[in-house]
Order: sequence, then structure tokens, then C-alpha cells
Amino acid sequence: MKRSILPTIAHRLAILCYVAFALFPLFWLLKVSVTPNDLLYSEGVRLWPSRTTWDHYAFVLQHSAFPTFFKNSVIVATSTAVVVTVCASLSGYALSRFSFRAKYVIIALMLLTQMFPLVMLVAPIFKILSPLGLTNSLTGLVIVYTAFNVPFATFLMQSFFDGIPKDLEEAAMIDGATKFIAFRQIILPLTLPGIAATLGFVFTAAWSELLFALMLINGNAAATFPVGLLTFVSKFSVDFGQMMAAGIMALIPAALFFLLIQRYLVQGLTAGAVKG
Amino acid sequence: MASIQIEKLEKSYGHVSVLHGVDLNIEDGEFIVLVGPSGCGKSTLLRMIAGLEDVSRGEIRIAGNRVNDLHPKDRDIAMVFQSYALYPHMTVAQNMSYSLRLRKIAKEKIAAAVSAAASKLGLDPLLERRPKALSGGQRQRVAMGRAIVRQPKAFLFDEPLSNLDARLREQMRAEIKKMHGDLKATSIYVTHDQIEAMTLADRIVAMHGGVVQQVGSPLELYDRPANLFVAGFIGSPGMNFLAATYSAGSVILANGTRIALETVPALAPGESVTLGIRPEHVVVVNDGSGMQATVELVEPTGFGIILHLSLHGLPFKVFTLDRGALNYGSQISVRFPSQYLHLFDSSEERVA
Repeated sequence: MKRSILPTIAHRLAILCYVAFALFPLFWLLKVSVTPNDLLYSEGVRLWPSRTTWDHYAFVLQHSAFPTFFKNSVIVATSTAVVVTVCASLSGYALSRFSFRAKYVIIALMLLTQMFPLVMLVAPIFKILSPLGLTNSLTGLVIVYTAFNVPFATFLMQSFFDGIPKDLEEAAMIDGATKFIAFRQIILPLTLPGIAATLGFVFTAAWSELLFALMLINGNAAATFPVGLLTFVSKFSVDFGQMMAAGIMALIPAALFFLLIQRYLVQGLTAGAVKG
Repeated sequence: MASIQIEKLEKSYGHVSVLHGVDLNIEDGEFIVLVGPSGCGKSTLLRMIAGLEDVSRGEIRIAGNRVNDLHPKDRDIAMVFQSYALYPHMTVAQNMSYSLRLRKIAKEKIAAAVSAAASKLGLDPLLERRPKALSGGQRQRVAMGRAIVRQPKAFLFDEPLSNLDARLREQMRAEIKKMHGDLKATSIYVTHDQIEAMTLADRIVAMHGGVVQQVGSPLELYDRPANLFVAGFIGSPGMNFLAATYSAGSVILANGTRIALETVPALAPGESVTLGIRPEHVVVVNDGSGMQATVELVEPTGFGIILHLSLHGLPFKVFTLDRGALNYGSQISVRFPSQYLHLFDSSEERVA
């Protein structure tokens, strides 16, 4: 049967437009980061500068506090992702498998935490963390990020656990496993896609979080890179070249991370769609 | 292998009671089939024996030991699930050896047990495959293999064949029976399919509404059902029931026909009763001597013919091997041989 080729072309074209639209800011980031300062305003709007340079990158790496920001961000995002995923795996499993008193109260409370604009909570959280000496510290950030990410991650993990038939654990228990061994040897391996998805989600959220990092941290020593990016904005000018170079470099770990887990992620997001 | 005793077993979820005091004595090596419609409590009973459901009241003993509070892993029983419950991330061999590996049995012994079970079930070429790459029948075999490598005290089957197509189900049914003949393992098998129950069981436990209705050999249940429920559940097509009144050694049907009984039940004259007769026991006489019935529908099954009749307005079925039944007119007459009559009193219990 011969089908009209026109809809196909229109479809592909629409996708192409969308991809171009979505990726254009990234391209612009790259373009500006390699544009020498003297050409930045003099060449007008061009897709690619007539001359490129790596100077901005070199400057950011050698003369700015960016390596510190970068290290801080890696520490904060990785710790948050790991702590949240471990907590959410356990709590998601509990919500999926056990019935206990106040289960629905707990679910309601967790949903409630997701309803507030975070800005409202900045002041009280500062008030709580300050006497504990957790402001201006990476630990404080990890604690706050963990608290805000656990509820959503729990629901995410719960849905993955819900997708795994209960029969499997029961079979494992009859085969001679304790509840915990059944969880570790049977359920957890099957939840890997879910764990990867949760890790990725929390990592990116923590990696790019600005509000709390800005409010809880002052000074460069404990600043994460989103805060650090703002240091390129001075009172009288914005150093776009360096800022974009820092931005490009900050994208690298997030991109690498997703490259690593994307195999599981695609599986994870479609898990439960088909019966194993 | 071991015997299993169940005493006054009850199960309730909050205020909802699903098992009302089940007593059952299962001999060593016996094949017991729990049968009943969905929601009758048969699966709950099986899961309680496995340890997957708590016991509300009563006692379960395996090989003489009370297991009420024992974790499933410590009961030494194997179970085949309706969904097979194969571990998707393990190969067939790993699936089958999982229980042995958990028990830290020597590698050589595990390998020997797995290959013995695999060859018994014809799984040898599939050992390195994942469950995803198997057909339904093969998955079913792996689930059986996982159970038999362990040589447990008892096998539990939770509707293991209901996900298979009819032909495969028949084949697996025969294999399970053969396997039980070889292993002589105490087995408890849950099904809603009365044919499976009849063909497999040493003894059938017919359940309804959380209560055991009758325990007995397949033919006992077929020949002498204890009550209306068992009478209607066992046999296909199902038994015919007709409302009647008892009167001195015979029953009178609603249309006035008097049918003499072989034995005299302990009933008061005038008591209302239900008369039961299986479709295969009804005799078509067609000489005008029996009861007149209208043929509503004829269903040839190849093996025999099912006639749907209307007996004075009441639906009634007859099963006959006589192909001549295809050419019956719209009016026939039927006779109920008295040795095949079942009589139930107003509380639905068998009286004759």
C-alpha cells in the first residue's frame, strides 16, 4: 500500500524544529564560550564567530574559583542522589508492600511537602540550620536537598516496586530467603532501572539547585556551581564568555551521568508497560 | 515427604472472615486438590499452609510440627504459582538452583540436582535462557523444576495451569500426575477447574464460602455429593435440579409426576426437596412412556450430544452418546433411572 509521504515529512520536520528549538540555547552557550571578548559585541548576531578561542576556559580553570564550585557541586549532588535513592528505595518498598497504621497519613504528609513554593521555606530553614552550624556548609545543603527530594523519589520508587509482582518475593521466601534477602537478591536487581531513574532525577535536581544554595551559602569555599556562575556577574558588567565556559563545563558531569544511566533510564521510564 | 494436619483453621481480615474452621488431614504422599469457585478460600488456605498468610485461629502441622508461626523459608515446602513467579534476571538454571544456593549446598550437588530435574522435565537445552525467552509451557516447566530440585516436605500448586491454553493444560495435567506417581510427594493443588480436580486428585476438598463442603475421592464426590453445592460443582455439564415434594418413598415434581425412590429417606411427607440427576444419567425413551420435554437447543460436542430441554418450563440438560439425538423432533420423553437420583433436603444436604 502506498502511503502519502507528506505527513511523514511534516512529522519529521516538526520534530526537527522542536529539537532545534530545545538545543539552540545550548548551542549559544557553546558559541559564546568560544567567542573572543573583542568579537562578542562587535560582530553582530552571527551563528559562529569568525575566530574562536579557548581563553575563557583557561581563565575559568586557572584564575577563578570554578574548580572549587565544581568540586562542591559534585560532592553535594552525588551525596544527595545516593542518600535520597537509598532512603527512597526503602520507604518506597515499605509503601508498596507493607500495610501499616498511619500509612495514608504519611503519604498525605509527603504530598503536602510538595505543595509549598520553596521560597516560603527558606527563612525557617535558615533559622533551623543556623544554630546547628549547618549554614555555609555542604552538609547542610545535602540535608536540605535530601529532605526535599525524598518524598518525590519515594513515590517514584514506589511505582517501580508496584510494577514488580508480589509473587516473586513470595516465591523467594518459599525458596528459603528472608524478607530482606528476597528484597536484596530478587527485588533490587529488578528495580535497577528505577534506581537509575531516581539517581538521575535527584542528581540533576541537586546539581542545578540555586535558591537554597544561594541563601544558605556565602563565600566561595562552600559555593556550588550555580551560585558560582553568579560571580561572573559583577556590578558593572557580565563576563559572558567566562560564564558560558563555566556553564559548558558544568554540563559535562550531568551529561556523563545520564550517558551512564540512560540505558536503565529508558527501561525505567517504560517499566511496567509490558508484562515480563 | 510429610503429612499435613489442619485443625479448626480460621482466617479473617479485620471483620471479614474468609475461612470458617477448616479441618483437614493430609496423608504422607497424598495428592489433595482444593476446588471451588473463586473467592471460596482455597487459595487463602494454600497460602496459609505456605506461610504467606497469617493464621487467625487454629493450627497447621507439617510432619507433626506446629508451623503457625514459622517463616515460609523454614517450612520446607515448595510452591508453583499461577504466574510461575520466575526470577526474570536469572537463567533457567539459576532459577532452579536458587533455593539450593540459599541453603549453601555444595556446587556439585546443586549442578547434579538441577540437571536431574531438567532432564526429567525436558529443560536441558533451555538451562541458560532467561524466562523472557521461554514460551508459557516452558515457563510452567521451569516453575515445576524449581519446586522439584528441592525435594521438599510438600508441594503446593496455586492454579498452575490456568495461564496455559487448553491443549497444553491437558498435557501438563498428565505430566503433573505422572510426576506425582514418580515422586510420591505430598501435594496440595488449588484449582477452580473440576476436570483438573477429578483427574489429578487422590482426594478432592470441595470448598465454598470458606467452608469445606466435602472431602473424598473424585468418584465419591461424583457419585454421592454431600450437598447441592458439590452436586452442582462437580460434573460437566452440571447436574439438573428440580424442585419436588417428598411423599412416602417417592417424590412428586412440580408438574405432578411421581418418581419412586430406591431408598427411603428420613423425611416427613410434604417436605420440600430438590431432586438432582446428572445429564448423562437421564435416559431418552421417546416412546411416550416418560416425561414429555421440549427440545430447545442441540449442542453436538463430537464426543456426545448435549440436549437443552424444557421440562414443563424448567431448563433441563441431557447428555447422550447416541447420535440419533441429532434427529429428534421438538418433543421427546425422558426417564430418570432411580439409581441415579440424588435427593437434597431444604437445607441443601444430601438425604438420598
